[in-house]
Amino acid sequence: MSAASEHHPDLPPPRRQLGVLGWLRRNLFSTWYNSLLTLLAGYLLVRYAIPVINWALVEARFAGADASACDTEGACWLFVRERLGFFIYGFYPEALRWRVNIVFVLLAAAFAPQLIERFPGRRWLGLFGLTAFPVIALVLIRGGVLGLEAVPTADWGGLMLTLVLAYGGIFAALPVGTVLALGRRSDMPVIRGLSVVFIEVWRAVPLITVLFMASVMLPLFLPEGVNFDKLLRALIGIIMFQSAYMAEVVRGGLQAIPRGQYEAADALGLGYWRKMGLVILPQALKLVIPGIVNTFISLFKDTSLVLIIGLFDLLGTVQATIIDPAWSDVATEGYVFVAAVFWVFCFGLSRYSQDLERKLDTGHRER
Amino acid sequence: MNTTTDTTPPARRRPWRDPRVRALTFQALALAAVVWFGWTLLDNTLTNMAERGISTGFGFLDEPAGFGILITLIPYDETMTYGRTFLVGLLNTLLVSGLGIAIATVLGFTVGIARLSSNWLIAKLALAYIEIFRNIPLLLQIFFWYFAVLQNLPSPRQSVTVGEAVFVNNRGLYLPEPIFQSGAGWVAAALAIGIAATVVLARLAKRRQDRTGRGLPVLWPGLTLIIGLPALVYALAGTPITWQLPALQGFNFRGGMAVLPELAALLTALAVYTAAFIAEIVRSGILSVDPGQVEAARALGLRPRLTLRLVVIPQAMRVIIPPLTSQYLNLTKNSSLATAIGYPDLVAVFMGTTLNQTGQAVEIVAMTMAVYLVISLSISSLMNVYNRAVALKER
Repeated sequence: MSAASEHHPDLPPPRRQLGVLGWLRRNLFSTWYNSLLTLLAGYLLVRYAIPVINWALVEARFAGADASACDTEGACWLFVRERLGFFIYGFYPEALRWRVNIVFVLLAAAFAPQLIERFPGRRWLGLFGLTAFPVIALVLIRGGVLGLEAVPTADWGGLMLTLVLAYGGIFAALPVGTVLALGRRSDMPVIRGLSVVFIEVWRAVPLITVLFMASVMLPLFLPEGVNFDKLLRALIGIIMFQSAYMAEVVRGGLQAIPRGQYEAADALGLGYWRKMGLVILPQALKLVIPGIVNTFISLFKDTSLVLIIGLFDLLGTVQATIIDPAWSDVATEGYVFVAAVFWVFCFGLSRYSQDLERKLDTGHRER
Repeated sequence: MNTTTDTTPPARRRPWRDPRVRALTFQALALAAVVWFGWTLLDNTLTNMAERGISTGFGFLDEPAGFGILITLIPYDETMTYGRTFLVGLLNTLLVSGLGIAIATVLGFTVGIARLSSNWLIAKLALAYIEIFRNIPLLLQIFFWYFAVLQNLPSPRQSVTVGEAVFVNNRGLYLPEPIFQSGAGWVAAALAIGIAATVVLARLAKRRQDRTGRGLPVLWPGLTLIIGLPALVYALAGTPITWQLPALQGFNFRGGMAVLPELAALLTALAVYTAAFIAEIVRSGILSVDPGQVEAARALGLRPRLTLRLVVIPQAMRVIIPPLTSQYLNLTKNSSLATAIGYPDLVAVFMGTTLNQTGQAVEIVAMTMAVYLVISLSISSLMNVYNRAVALKER
């Protein structure tokens, strides 16, 4: 009896399950087909990663006087360096670029702290980013008031234009989309019908037809003498398009709010607008912040389409420069640069939205 | 018991306090505003068009187009009408969307499953694929494939070849073309019979499974019927299908099927981009199946493959189908980016060239938008039918 109940110290796990070897065994060579897949994937990775690294880093040219410095097989990053000003500001006059730089700094100051949870005054900075910032940015970039020299929108371009379109799009699409979502959930059949038709039509057509329409047909729609700026036309198209998507995101939030909340607001005697504004929307919007960020990511990527109607956004400026005969064959470098810029923005935002999703998951959703 | 009766008449509601009156007024105002807005637009447009000397109506569809189109699925030449250009563009859009959906689905499911692989390297590679491709604008990816990859391929004389039958060069991808001779119909008939017999077999097997709990083997007999039967007929009928190989003549390839670089670039970009989204949908769908379901299936003694087929996949598909539908729709709409690299899809041919030549902006934009509306509505209604079939049937 005594031998059976005597406590033996735990044996260490078998050597094969420990350390690097154990990890390899578990994660790469657990079965025969996993081993085969690992070897195949490893071979392909080495086979293709080495030439790419070689091209991008080892044989690449980062500095030099002009295009003739790019005499190797590697990437010509010198090209991106030389044209960086154009890629960021477009045709914006060089002497006035400090104005755009201030806007960039303000933008970063308003929104970067949102990523850090305990940043002092985070909410105030965010509020600034949504209210005063757009006015300041418009004044600084456009000029024409307060003694600032005016810069026509035709000269705007590059990353700056991409950010203007993205910010302007989201800034207007959120309220319009919220109103549309409320309309779609309304009890009044006419309002509901109009909202449904608006949302479904805009969601069914490709953005490019919307942009075409904005650039070709909008002038036809307007009375004689009224004319919009090309950038503003594109922006209106983007806002219409995105607000339909935004409406569906917000509707998801509205539907997730339990009935009891609506009934409680009614019981307190709140009217429609106060019920929505004070009780329902604050909860619903909070629920769908990740969805809003995702809509923003797709809006951000979609801004590149404006190059088709002749605006020089980030991709447009690169597309316009790579055909420069002074630089031979720099298309790949240009595209990799643009891809990297877009990737950093979109990946960062998507990580942010995933973080929010985890943080905001407070169990409000009906299951 | 409360006996007091309320004798005071109810306070008369002022009309503007009555919710019904208010609702009606509000709706009437909204409707009036929309009608007024639409009317103004229409009026402005008609005035503007009259001033520019553009006639209205769909008469232009019967006029000769006078421009060539790079890729046509139906016979087309410059003497044909604008109506024909509409059809050619529409078919090109459907071609690239259909192929794109097929490739993206296969690629997306593969990557999505690879993302959940127990193999660390495979899972991380799938993750890298997803995170890279879905965070880069599609237009940029199309440009990349078209201007950076396909244009840097060797010239026709230095083509990359697979077994001297498939050639890749900067003019496109060249594949062997099947030539059907008399007797090819028999092979097609055999294929049709094979597929029909397999469907019947699968239904029989299902019925037997439901009744007795024992199934019939379907996979191997089915494969034999679908592949073996046509092969047998092919041999018996004296090889009625031959392959014409592309061959280098002068500066380019003749014969065979050519996939032009515009189509190849667009298709690659659309499939690669959409597959990254589909992969995430597939992953979340599979993860949404409660692990208890798998444990229960194992406890019932189902083998892993049957667990996957009978328990996991049916439940995962329920979660996967709705977002998958919207990805298919996105791909179809995104195929309109074709216009940026000159693939003649509906937007490029009709809303581009035809609109520029005729100036009939309103009619053309309305027709193009209507096409996308119809495609959207029909894909989503088809998917809704499927969704209803797989939806949770609660007892």
